[in-house]
Amino acid sequence: MSAPGISQFDLVIAGVGGQGAILASDIIGKAAVKENMPVRAAETHGMAQRGGSVVNHIRLGCELGSMIPLKGADVLFALEPSEALRYLEYLSDDGVIIVNTDPILPVTVTSGLCTYPDVATIILKLKETHEVKAFNATELAKEAGHAQSMNVVMVGAVSNYLPIPVETLLECVRELVPQKTIDINIKAFELGRSQVQG
Amino acid sequence: MSTREYMLGNVAIARGIVEGGGQVISGYPGTPSSEIIGTLAAMKERDFYVEWSVNEKVAFEVAAGAAMAGVRSVVTMKHVGLNVAADPLMTLAYTGVKGSMIIIVADDPSCHSSQNEQDTRRYSQFSLIPCLDPSTPQEAKDMITYAFELSNKVQMPVIFRPTTRISHGKSDVELGPVNETKPVADFRKELERWVMVPKNARVQHVHLLELQKDILRELEDSPWNELEIREGAKLGVIASGIASVYAKEALIKLGINASFLKIGTYPVPEHKIRTIIENSDRVLVFEEMEPVVEEQVRIIAQQAGSGVEITGKMQGPVPRVFELNTDICADVLAEVLGLERTDVPADVGEDFDYNACRIDLPMRPPVMCPGCSHRATFHVMKKVYGKDAIFPSDIGCYTLGIQSGTVDTTLCMGGSITVASGMYQAGEKKPICCSIGDSTFFHTGMNGLLNAIYNKADITVTIVDNRITAMTGHQPNPGMGMTATGEQTVEVSLEALCRGLGAEFVEVVDPYDLQQTEEVFKRAKSYKGTSVVITRQYCVIDAKRAGVRRKPFTIDADKCTGCRICVNLGCPAIEFDGKSKKASINNMCTGCGVCSRMCKFDAISEVKK
Repeated sequence: MSAPGISQFDLVIAGVGGQGAILASDIIGKAAVKENMPVRAAETHGMAQRGGSVVNHIRLGCELGSMIPLKGADVLFALEPSEALRYLEYLSDDGVIIVNTDPILPVTVTSGLCTYPDVATIILKLKETHEVKAFNATELAKEAGHAQSMNVVMVGAVSNYLPIPVETLLECVRELVPQKTIDINIKAFELGRSQVQG
Repeated sequence: MSTREYMLGNVAIARGIVEGGGQVISGYPGTPSSEIIGTLAAMKERDFYVEWSVNEKVAFEVAAGAAMAGVRSVVTMKHVGLNVAADPLMTLAYTGVKGSMIIIVADDPSCHSSQNEQDTRRYSQFSLIPCLDPSTPQEAKDMITYAFELSNKVQMPVIFRPTTRISHGKSDVELGPVNETKPVADFRKELERWVMVPKNARVQHVHLLELQKDILRELEDSPWNELEIREGAKLGVIASGIASVYAKEALIKLGINASFLKIGTYPVPEHKIRTIIENSDRVLVFEEMEPVVEEQVRIIAQQAGSGVEITGKMQGPVPRVFELNTDICADVLAEVLGLERTDVPADVGEDFDYNACRIDLPMRPPVMCPGCSHRATFHVMKKVYGKDAIFPSDIGCYTLGIQSGTVDTTLCMGGSITVASGMYQAGEKKPICCSIGDSTFFHTGMNGLLNAIYNKADITVTIVDNRITAMTGHQPNPGMGMTATGEQTVEVSLEALCRGLGAEFVEVVDPYDLQQTEEVFKRAKSYKGTSVVITRQYCVIDAKRAGVRRKPFTIDADKCTGCRICVNLGCPAIEFDGKSKKASINNMCTGCGVCSRMCKFDAISEVKK
């Protein structure tokens, strides 16, 4: 868990290049700065963006380094189910997993080199050790108006756990998403938020 | 209005350049440095000049010229770029500068996006040019304004060396005022200083060595070196750059009382190191990569006749490779002090076994995009030249062709054509076909082609021309008719350039047209001498941004025989169902149509509305 004197809230965002992990972490980071919290974040850029596995660390109320130690995160927030499992070692024993159940098959699977584990099995496995909030965020995003707003659905879901007022997060959604998609993204945020509340 | 903003490290560095009143900024893209110039070039209002240069040596000399003329300049690159620019670096140390010049070199410990993890601090020692090493994005921004002042004061360039976690880290950053006063370019002829003939170089070398005392004095008491002596602490921790925040967190986590010296400059602060040595029984040094600080600590301890025990990476246990982090620092502290770590159980970390749950996670390597034309080029290249052919390659998105079996070597920027030539000159009888991107060809491929042609290398040079510098984030290059800031400029023709370099076989093809590409590669293969094939097709990401919309393709399951020819292309849009033994196309399809042209059973066609 985040510890006093080090960090107030540590969050790991896992996903696949192109899913919008950076925008998700930007919304949260910017909102925290608006709330006068010091923030440190680490992102995957460059080579790893081309459909590879990506992980962002974001630490709220932290003035040290951006990398969350093993078993340090309060929440693991995965945009893709197998990626939740890949970065599980960063989550503290008391941590919560918020996971989108919609898989993205890597090319190693589509070409038949590897198999993709059954999503239900992944979720069961995660539930053995942690509290898990699993739902199909891609479907909720489509309901909001566009599948691409899945990352914002997930930010809405995690908003229940963040030490940041929801209005500030929504303000940052408005500032950071493309002008034309504000309404869709606000709806996406709210669908995600109520999904986890309920 | 708050002056605190949430920023990427590289954006903070760009802001530092603005605050410090930078006037000429040049660079060549390279992860993790690229967003610095990207940010400056994208600014709507600008009172400075910014360019993407064709390579790091060129960029370095542009900035050097500006600083010789008396203005404030900056050059940016990734760590390996400094190898390309090492020639002017070593001698600019002799001439010094008149205005100010910052050499920004972003290091990449752990090789997140690089071919090696060299440590730029070694270049600082080698060239005798001072170096600043930030520990946070805030410090990175603040160091830039300081570096302009220091450079001007000592009339020397200054190296600024962020690492990936600074450049691609984000943080709240407190903005500062912008320096509006800018010196005017006014080059003064001083032959003894600017013309490094032997007579002058000998004098300047002596001057450079004498200057080191002044530099050390300036840096010793700069705000970037912080010393805290703790009452009763027997342990002293010395940590540099980003390692200092990891070490600090590890000390807090383990509740260890230690004196602490944070180092942010090279040369290192000798006086502060002496003080922490005098106040400790044992000193532990944390730094990423090379033992640059540790070596200095050992020298200083020896000079002081101190018996202090020094622990670092020269004799272990701090690792000399890859990034450090809080866990590594905590493990080292626990080992050295004989403590037990209770915060993390032993089953986590290197030995962490995802498969304890008996779930095999599929690998998810980065791949070329769906519809990427490189995939088509590589497919035909392999077909024509054969599996036994040698395929030297280069650095760019196409390096991902390693999965297509058409990347046999990747050494450095521009190292494809030259390595291919060397293999041919060695007497290699297998066909040799190398690949290089458009931007990499402009960078250092041109010289290699000239050399291959001049020395009659019988090889094929494939320029995979996707009309952009894609891998580093889509920067313009001389083949595009556009500058860094989006201004129109001359569009350099690759084919005319190759002919100008002496190539007599130069063909341009659209790699999506498999038949024509195959025909051209066949002719190139049988050509005696250096043949050049330019496979030209827009990067799919750029094409999408430019509004190109192609109809996606679909596979007729009745016609699909499960032969897997399309699947072997490795396109993320093509899936294979092991149960039904049929291929299908998912929603990632961008409509390049390459798979449909490969299908022998006519099973793949455009989706009809």
